[in-house]
Amino acid sequence: MDLYEYQGKQYFARYGIPTSAGGVADSVEEAVVQAQAAGYPVVVKAQVKVGGRGKAGGIKLAADAEEVRRHAGAILGMDIKGHVVHRLWVEHASDIAKEYYASFTLDRPAKTYLGMLSKEGGVEIEEVAATNPGAIARIHVDPVRGLDLATARRWVDDAGLDDAARVQAADVLVALYRCYDEGDCDLAEVNPLILTADGRVHALDAKVTLDDNARFRHPEWEEFEATETEDPREQMARERGLNYVGLSGDVGIIANGAGLAMSTCDVVNQVGGSPANFLDIGGGANADVMAAALEVINADPAVRTIFVNIFGGITRVDEVAKGVIEALARVDLRSPIVLRLDGTNAEEGRALLRPHLSERLVAEPTMLEAAKRAVAMAVMPGARGTEERA
Amino acid sequence: MSIFVDETTTVVVQGVSPTSQGLYHGKRNRAYGTKVVAGTNPRRGGEVIEGIPVFATVAEAVEATGATASFISVPPPFAAAAILEAAEAGISFVVCITEGIPAHDEARAYNRLVEEHPGTRLLGPNCPGIISPGKCNIGITSGDIALPGGPVGIVSRSGTLTYQALHELSQNGVGQTTCVGIGGDPVPGTNFIDCLAAFQEDPDTKAVMMIGEIGGSEEERAAEFIAEHVTKPVVCYVAGVTAPPGRRMGHAGAIISGSRGTAQAKMEALSAAGAIVAQNPSEAGERMVEIVKELG
Repeated sequence: MDLYEYQGKQYFARYGIPTSAGGVADSVEEAVVQAQAAGYPVVVKAQVKVGGRGKAGGIKLAADAEEVRRHAGAILGMDIKGHVVHRLWVEHASDIAKEYYASFTLDRPAKTYLGMLSKEGGVEIEEVAATNPGAIARIHVDPVRGLDLATARRWVDDAGLDDAARVQAADVLVALYRCYDEGDCDLAEVNPLILTADGRVHALDAKVTLDDNARFRHPEWEEFEATETEDPREQMARERGLNYVGLSGDVGIIANGAGLAMSTCDVVNQVGGSPANFLDIGGGANADVMAAALEVINADPAVRTIFVNIFGGITRVDEVAKGVIEALARVDLRSPIVLRLDGTNAEEGRALLRPHLSERLVAEPTMLEAAKRAVAMAVMPGARGTEERA
Repeated sequence: MSIFVDETTTVVVQGVSPTSQGLYHGKRNRAYGTKVVAGTNPRRGGEVIEGIPVFATVAEAVEATGATASFISVPPPFAAAAILEAAEAGISFVVCITEGIPAHDEARAYNRLVEEHPGTRLLGPNCPGIISPGKCNIGITSGDIALPGGPVGIVSRSGTLTYQALHELSQNGVGQTTCVGIGGDPVPGTNFIDCLAAFQEDPDTKAVMMIGEIGGSEEERAAEFIAEHVTKPVVCYVAGVTAPPGRRMGHAGAIISGSRGTAQAKMEALSAAGAIVAQNPSEAGERMVEIVKELG
């Protein structure tokens, strides 16, 4: 789960990482109130989960209420790389002397944590890595031992941070590590971490990704979950406990298993089609979960055909077929379905389905043939069903 | 032959109660012919549940039965501790199928294994397990779709794509030595290279099928290993060509970070290393069947 900047800063604050005084605003007038509280001058920042806000005009400095009104009005509703701004973060503007970069993430090949610190902050770290790799001081942190202050101090020296920043920066790094580790982050990134003209070190931005698998031990994440996704399809899928990722095509995908679901999207693409989504219904594939999956796909107006791709392992194909038949009876589908059922007891499963087959419920024996059929049906007039026929 | 597990492997199932996943899968594995010799449950030591003698701890189970492998399907909050308990008891092969373990728990458990229990190999978490057809099945793979006798070894990050591969090979009369599901989490205990090295050493394995997916760089590392150390034919498939960056595709580890971890980059690396790269799972199966026919 990716956090908005303001949520990331709230999360940082729990672990003692200093940030600027500020508040959230959903309207121009709220922005003025928050600006007053933070103290002028302020920075008005668009809250979207995408990089490049500054370049897009989503971050503006304001000296008084009039400027806050003007900027807040312009930024609210702005589209930044497909993300519409509904919320602002308004904070006291910092007098920046230096900009640094700090982050912790998992180094997957090394299977330890990777800390990156640079005196070249304020730009994308990938850019620094490409143009000036020597400017990034990396350390590996053993997940068992953690990061102590002495190591953080050496690290700050290695990175060549300004003398005035070193003591505070080491403290911030230890706090950031605690946030990353105890806070169950996949990524905890501060860019820029600043040194102010009056000698304070604090986080001017926050990029935090939380590990979804750790939700069970973080009841405080509930407030973040309410704002987690902007895609109504994903919202609907999450409410039904489904593993769904919205894509932009017109072939709805349902498969059991993450690998198979990914592969199904790929095969649809390979035969010239475009998947509308990734949806993994897990190993069981019973009537309830199948019906929930069909409801979510059915609610996507872009979907023109649905490709259900099930491989029966422990759950035998005849059981899956019964689930599909029951689910189809419960959901009034707009789009035709192409089914591919294979695996244990495939013959029995297909025999159960045979009496239910029609021009709107088609079965194909292989994944490739089913994908071709689904893609062909998606371009046929009337594929979408009732809407277009009406 | 086979890798990691065979007919001599004896298994203790961690977390056995009349309603547990452990008992359900343990019974299935036993029905396949796996030597399931013990179960554990801190509150049920001394009981016998459906023919499986239960001990309070893994250490007691090992002492009484000599179990060499363990099987873990306990819920995520307890999985890391279960892995370490098995290692401390001297278990040499731990299979953990639990999905949803926090990444930091996995990272800590993995590093403790490396530092304190180098004799223990962990398979998983979040994997379907391992099957050496006709000999031993630990995990949730359906034994019906596997065919004993080799000559193909399979290693995969995905469960259902593994089943798909097993099924396609078996239907064409091509058997498997061992099929290893390494799982879809970011910190797998056993990786592609471990399995490729073992298959290369195994005289009965004549060719290897490798199924990867987006995220991380294990496939790229495997490609380097294949180029340098693997003389047997390798057929690969990598899922996730259409996956958008920054989105987790079901598996915790299946995520493209920035421009890193794409299916295209993995396929290019594997192809450059001399592996045969198929565009879809069926094609991978077909290519492997052809290769086995050519091998005679």
